[in-house]
Formats: sequence, C-alpha cells, structure tokens
Amino acid sequence: MKLRVLWIALIGFGFSLTACAAGVNGGPEAQTVPQGNVEQGRTLIVHYGCGSCHTIPGIMGADAKVGPPLDDFYERTYIAGLLPNTWQNLSKWIQDPQGVLPHNAMPDLGVSEADARDIVAYLYHQPGLFDFLRR
Amino acid sequence: MRILLMRKHARSNPRNFMMGLLLLCLISACAPAAAGTPENPSALDTHGPGAAQISGLWWLMLGIGVVIFAAVVVLLVMALLRKRRSTVYTPAERDSDTGRSWVIWGGIIMPLGVLAILFVFTLHTLAAITDPVDTPLSVQVVGRQWWWEVNYQQQGIATANELHIPVGVPVQLSLESGDVNHSFWVPQLHGKMDLIPGRTNTLTIKADDPGVYRGECAEFCGLQHAHMGFVVVAESQADFDQWVVGQQKPATAPTDDAVQRGEQVFLSAGCSFCHTVRGLDDSSVDVGKVDLGPDLTHLESRLMIAGATLTNNVGNLAGWVVGAQHIKPGSLMPNINLPADDLQALLAYLESLH
Repeated sequence: MKLRVLWIALIGFGFSLTACAAGVNGGPEAQTVPQGNVEQGRTLIVHYGCGSCHTIPGIMGADAKVGPPLDDFYERTYIAGLLPNTWQNLSKWIQDPQGVLPHNAMPDLGVSEADARDIVAYLYHQPGLFDFLRR
Repeated sequence: MRILLMRKHARSNPRNFMMGLLLLCLISACAPAAAGTPENPSALDTHGPGAAQISGLWWLMLGIGVVIFAAVVVLLVMALLRKRRSTVYTPAERDSDTGRSWVIWGGIIMPLGVLAILFVFTLHTLAAITDPVDTPLSVQVVGRQWWWEVNYQQQGIATANELHIPVGVPVQLSLESGDVNHSFWVPQLHGKMDLIPGRTNTLTIKADDPGVYRGECAEFCGLQHAHMGFVVVAESQADFDQWVVGQQKPATAPTDDAVQRGEQVFLSAGCSFCHTVRGLDDSSVDVGKVDLGPDLTHLESRLMIAGATLTNNVGNLAGWVVGAQHIKPGSLMPNINLPADDLQALLAYLESLH
C-alpha cells in the first residue's frame, strides 16, 4: 500500500517537472487568444481545407506537405518568414496572405476576422493526447 | 477475512467497469449506425424505394437471427443449470433418442424452414427492385481509377463525381468501366451494382426526398479505392432543369486579367491534355478524346473534388493541384509544380468555372 503511494507521488513529481520545463527554459508557451474558440477553430480548419497543404496535429487527414507544418505553432519565431509570431499577425496572415506577402503560394481563402481568431486559437493551443490520437 | 473480501471487491470493480465501458462502446457504435451522417451514410436510413426494400429484408433477417440467438442462449443456460446425471446410465436412458430428435429438429428441419422463409422474401425483394422498363432520364456512369465520369448524353452534359437527379423520378444508369471492376453504391438509395469492363450494367435509382446522398465504390479497385466517392444530389424538377441548363453552357471566356492569365497557365501547364473545359480553345488537343481526368467546364458548381475526397473550396483545390500525389497517391493526377504566381492565377481561373 505504502509503495503504491510512493510510486504515485514519484510519477506526479515527474509530471510537475516536465510541466515546469517550458517555463524554466524561457521558450514560448501555448497561449489563449482573446475571443478565440479552440474547438470552433478545429472545425474551421477542416472547413477551409487547410489540411490539404499543411500538416496539423489533431486534424483528421491533415498531413500534407505542400506548405510548412503547423505543429507547436506558438514556438515559431516568424510567420511566412516575414512577420513576428503574434496572434494579431497570424490572424492578419490567415485573412489576407496575398496582401501581406504578394507572390507567395498560399491562396486567399476568404477567412473572416472572427474565423481567423478561432483558427489562431487552435494553432496556439497546447495539443492534448486526444489531438495526437485524432491525426 | 475482511482483507480478503475487500480485495475481492476491489478486483471485481474494475472488471465491472470494463464491462460497462465495453457495453457503452457497443451501444454508442450501434446508435449512429442506424441514423447515418452525410459522410457516413447508412443503408438503414433509406431515401429511395430500392434501399427501403433491401433494408426491409435486412430487418427481417436481423429479427430471425435475434430469435434464434435468444433460443440458443436459453438452451445453453438450461443445459448449464441442469443437474448432472449420474455417470451410470440406466438402460432406458441409453436407448432413448432424445438427442437424435434435437439434431433432426434443430439441425435440419428448423434451418430448412428458416431458409425457405428467407428465400421467399428474397425473391419478393428481388422482384420489387427490378429495373422498370421505361425511365424518362438515363445517365451514363463510367467508373475510372479512381473517380466517376458522369455523362448525360441526351442533354449533352459531362461532369464527374456528382449525379443530379430530380426527386421522385426513376433514373436509369448505364454503368460501364474504363479500366477495372468497380461497384456503384449509394446506400441510402439502392443496392450495389458492379461496373465491369466491356459490359454495360443498368441500375435504376430513385430518390424520394431531396438531399445529398453519398456514394462509394464498393468493389476493391486498387490503391485509392477508399477515395473513390461521389455524391447524388436529388432536387426538385425545377432545380434539376435549371442545373441542366447551366451545365449545358460552355465556359465563358475570361475577362478579368488574373483569370485570363490563369487560362494561359491551364494551357501551358498541360492541364488540358487530361481535362476538358468546353469553350476553351486548345488546338493541341483533340477535345473529344480527352477522358483521363474529369471534365472541368463547371468545376465550381460541384460540391466535392478528387472523387468526393475533399470539399470544393480554394484551399483544397490548391492542395490538390500541387500535391495530389500526397492526397491520393497513385492517382493519374500528378503534383503540378507551379511558381506561386501561376498557382494563384490558375486558382482564379478554376474558381471562374461556374
């Protein structure tokens, strides 16, 4: 009985260590976007067909290699090799890629501001186990 | 003793939990199976007379199966609960033929009866779903690896992966194959019918309600068999007539600069060697002989692309044009390596094909 408690405590301690790691090394972490809905974002990513060009964890069938993979997007430094990675810039990019960077390959998908926010919320969220099972 | 009891309790708990979970999974798996969704249509959620007849037969067979299963379980339980006989048989017991009569009744007479009943009902269903002789509309459907060529020959329409039919009107389909065996199946409308090279099979479908019904190839036909889908759009006669008129028109010559540039990309990238756009003048191609890929004259009017694998929007279209081999490896559509500017122009052109 005591041994079991010890094990659980040990595992719990291990988890807390890994959870701290991101904070300790100063790397960017997952973040929430004001008025952005993660689940709605997941639906919209399927709706706009993002997965035909990008690999996105947690989206069924989104494993294409036309454009860059979008996993752990919050860790990226630049968007399209051009804009600093903030949610405002990412939202702008998704809404108007041809306006932000003319002559690039990503087409204008006609994404509204509200939809872009939800998509950004999804790309910035910390994927859970469920997201990896759903690939 | 107490510890022992507790342990026993603790051990039985997770087992109950697992059983409960299993039961829950089974129930939740069965519940949507009967209802179906547009992506996963159910043959039991019927919207046409053919499918209704077939699902009736299915329910009958399920009913008979359940009754027999229940009877077998009851007999099994009775046998398990029965007091064990003494190992010494009396002469009377040894000579009795109770065992033999069980085999004769349960193993021969009852199965024969069940099969006879099912045979009669199956014949009845077969007669009910036989194709009517005269249909006002007939459509040629050619199965190809891995998409469906759809020709309304009387109307002069060619399209792909999308059949439009008026509600309540029987439509005769002439099913042919351009390469290997395929099978045409719209679970909510009718049963399956094979498409066999060198032979024309017919199937008459009718939709009772307006809606979009998903169909699949139901005969393994190669690498991308699972991505060989299509949709049947059942609509009112007025909507159907309007659709026919729209589809009969050739593509309009582009006026917009970007679209005009896209048309040039379409020609220079070699798209027209496999895809027809009626109204597009391409002297290098014999238009009547292009059938490697779907007719794109009215691409934008379609709900899906790539054999109903992707919804038809600019994002999917872009991914399909430049990365088809990743989405459907082995299909005839190559990855088209285009400069980004040309891709944008081509997308503008494809989007203009209403």
